[in-house]
Amino acid sequence: MAKVVLPLEVARTFADGVTEHAVDGGDIRQIVRALNQRFPGISDRLSQGTAVAIDCEIYQDWFLEAVSADSEVRFLPAIEGG
Amino acid sequence: MGNEEEMQKIIDYSGREFRYVGTRTVRPDGFDKVTGRANFGADFTANGMLFGAVVRSPHAHAKIKSINVDKALKLDGVKAVITGKDFPKLDVNDKMVGEVVVSYYDMGNNVIAREKVFYDGHAVAAVAATSQEVANAAARLVEVEYDVLKPVMSIAAATKKNAPILHKHVRTGGVEPAPTKASNVANRAEFKLGDVDAAFAKADVIIERDYSTQTVHQGYIEPHACVASTTTDGSVTIWCSSQGQFMVRAYVAKLCGIETSRVKVIPAEIGGGFGGKTVVYLEPLAVMLARKAGRPVKMVMNRAEVLRATGPTSGGIARAKVGAKKDGTLVAGEIELTYEAGAFPGSPVALGCMTGFAPYNLTDVRCVGWDVVVNRPKAAAYRAPGAPVAAFAVESALDELAQALDMDPLELRMKNAATEGTQAPYGVKFGRIGYQETLEAARQHPHWSAPLGPNQGRGIASGFWFNIGGTSSAEVMVNEDGTVIVATGNPDIGGSRASMALMAAEVLGIDVARIKPLVADTESVPFSMLTGGSRVTFATGKAVIEAAQDAVDDMRRRAAKMWDVDIDQVEWENGCAVCIESDQHKPLSIADIARKADKTGGAISGKANINATGAGPGFGTHICDVEVDPETGRVTVLRYTAIQDVGKAIHPSYVEGQLQGGAVQGIGWALNEEYVYDQNGTLRNTGFLDYRVPVASDLPMIDTVLVEVPNPGHPYGVRGVGETPIVPPLAAVANAVSRAANRRLADLPISPPRLLAALSKG
Repeated sequence: MAKVVLPLEVARTFADGVTEHAVDGGDIRQIVRALNQRFPGISDRLSQGTAVAIDCEIYQDWFLEAVSADSEVRFLPAIEGG
Repeated sequence: MGNEEEMQKIIDYSGREFRYVGTRTVRPDGFDKVTGRANFGADFTANGMLFGAVVRSPHAHAKIKSINVDKALKLDGVKAVITGKDFPKLDVNDKMVGEVVVSYYDMGNNVIAREKVFYDGHAVAAVAATSQEVANAAARLVEVEYDVLKPVMSIAAATKKNAPILHKHVRTGGVEPAPTKASNVANRAEFKLGDVDAAFAKADVIIERDYSTQTVHQGYIEPHACVASTTTDGSVTIWCSSQGQFMVRAYVAKLCGIETSRVKVIPAEIGGGFGGKTVVYLEPLAVMLARKAGRPVKMVMNRAEVLRATGPTSGGIARAKVGAKKDGTLVAGEIELTYEAGAFPGSPVALGCMTGFAPYNLTDVRCVGWDVVVNRPKAAAYRAPGAPVAAFAVESALDELAQALDMDPLELRMKNAATEGTQAPYGVKFGRIGYQETLEAARQHPHWSAPLGPNQGRGIASGFWFNIGGTSSAEVMVNEDGTVIVATGNPDIGGSRASMALMAAEVLGIDVARIKPLVADTESVPFSMLTGGSRVTFATGKAVIEAAQDAVDDMRRRAAKMWDVDIDQVEWENGCAVCIESDQHKPLSIADIARKADKTGGAISGKANINATGAGPGFGTHICDVEVDPETGRVTVLRYTAIQDVGKAIHPSYVEGQLQGGAVQGIGWALNEEYVYDQNGTLRNTGFLDYRVPVASDLPMIDTVLVEVPNPGHPYGVRGVGETPIVPPLAAVANAVSRAANRRLADLPISPPRLLAALSKG
């Protein structure tokens, strides 16, 4: 199972403040669906202005990026620029 | 290999032989710009065009009781007047949810106030008339009745108990339990690694201090300007200067209630943006006026309007704490940032939290950010949004730490520098980065060891910016004579046309002079994200490389047809198709292939639509020498060197220009720039005489060193370069002044009165 790390604010709202979770899923969409089953409503929250780092590669606009069983998936605020 | 040799090898990196990339070709837009032929936002005219003017609030915080436009409409020459009521109503939950969340409710209310005004200069109405003079006169005839409210001009005022609340729907996000009462504190963000409190307990030395910075403007020279024209079927054409024609299209479509396909945006040249032109102000007003008047409408801001009602970036306060062992090893870091969001939520404070400690290898770090609304213009992006203020605090604290440890501040940074595998405060581990290499280049630079005179000081500071990729498109079209057009959807702010042409030349193998780079309108190329985030040379460059390769593959197919051989027998070398199986076939140039295009399948082109990932982070280190005049408090910058890991400089002159420009803007932020409001919340310094950006006579030549540690995420090693250079200067200058003045200057700008006050404390 992939190690998923939620932003602190999201974890506080949806997961009793627990940021790290083991989640099954072959791509990021499946990971978010699995998270949403565990924490209803988190999918919408993670879809708003949130980027994701899969094994330290940052995807600003995530959808079907592959995730392996030993991946680290870390949700982050989306990065704007000037 | 010794460390020094290894470093030299990295600094001299080229990785592969480039023929065009890395050369200093003549800039494609140069002649037009220096001869005045280039068309900027205000240069366009249309038949029957009207001129627009905006009615702006004289109050920083007020309810709009009524707006009477009768007198304005009666003025001869006035063709239309609009207020917020002419726009589609927006719901408070109306957002564009995607890569970043855009609140259309806030954006619409920022473009034109509906029920309340939130800052001095907030638009409340707009008029269109047959001349600018008549439009201005009509704007003065619009009668607005206000119920004036107490303005909330600072973070301290906004967070005071019983402070006037700007928005009744704003609740503090990011805290539990979710608040039920409205607040001026819009959001909280937190990033944490390890156990910070336990780590601080192990420190031999702890430095902790409060810092402050003021609201500053991006300071682009070209004011916002546009022309909008509508047709009877509801279609709209907009000519404007912006950082993204597709951004303007999307925002105008939404705010004006028009289908995207009916909005065409034609990009003008842009005279500076720096993030401040990633939003719309005039365009929706011009569209609604044009629609109402049935004629094209031109709108151009004056400087006072630009300063009162656009940009700026957040002023902020910071509390930074660093702990270290006696040998200089950092053991813990903590920062709490509070940023002004301006009139609507959304300061870049989370990005400040993510970036401040990013250059350092810290396993125990905590960063907390607060986003606070105040009665100032809504903060817009400004180069590396959020990062400079955080870096100012952290890099100042490190300088103070070096002094406390009696340690060279460069060596302190070198000892703790992030390298490949270091975990950033936001949790992600860095890939190949070049921060240490910038420090090594600083150590070797003659500037670092040059002697200083009386009242002089030297500061050093570093900075980090993520850089981003994102959606980009490109088309490479081969003309009948073998010349090439490279079309992209990104306005050229920092030299992207030159770098697109160079990268295309590298793939095609033809002289860059035979390539015309084109910034296309929204109906001529597929969507691209805006020009910002230091993304274009990286992401759109990747698209250009792919599109050029697609065109090369097409030309190989054509050559194969012409020779009647299999395409596998055709390779591309030095701008020619070469048959590898037979000497009978003379190589075919692009011109040879293009001439026969009609017979081999029609026009030749290549295209690419990508969502680029793999943007490599940028790190920079700046050295600044200053002299302080103890009698006047004036600070003179004597020498300045900006060093940055740029991955691969596609066009080194432009990259050097980015470093120089960022340094200059940062120097202004550090020494002079600030918004000055009176007690009523009226901005008092609305021109460049009083809002003091540095000019050439204020500055020495900004020396640059381009360190090239290639980004593995780009075929040519490119990293974004446009934003990192504004991150270190605030602290580099402040550290220099602090050392020259023998006391810590923690409040920006270090203007003469502020420095004199600090010096008077003995």
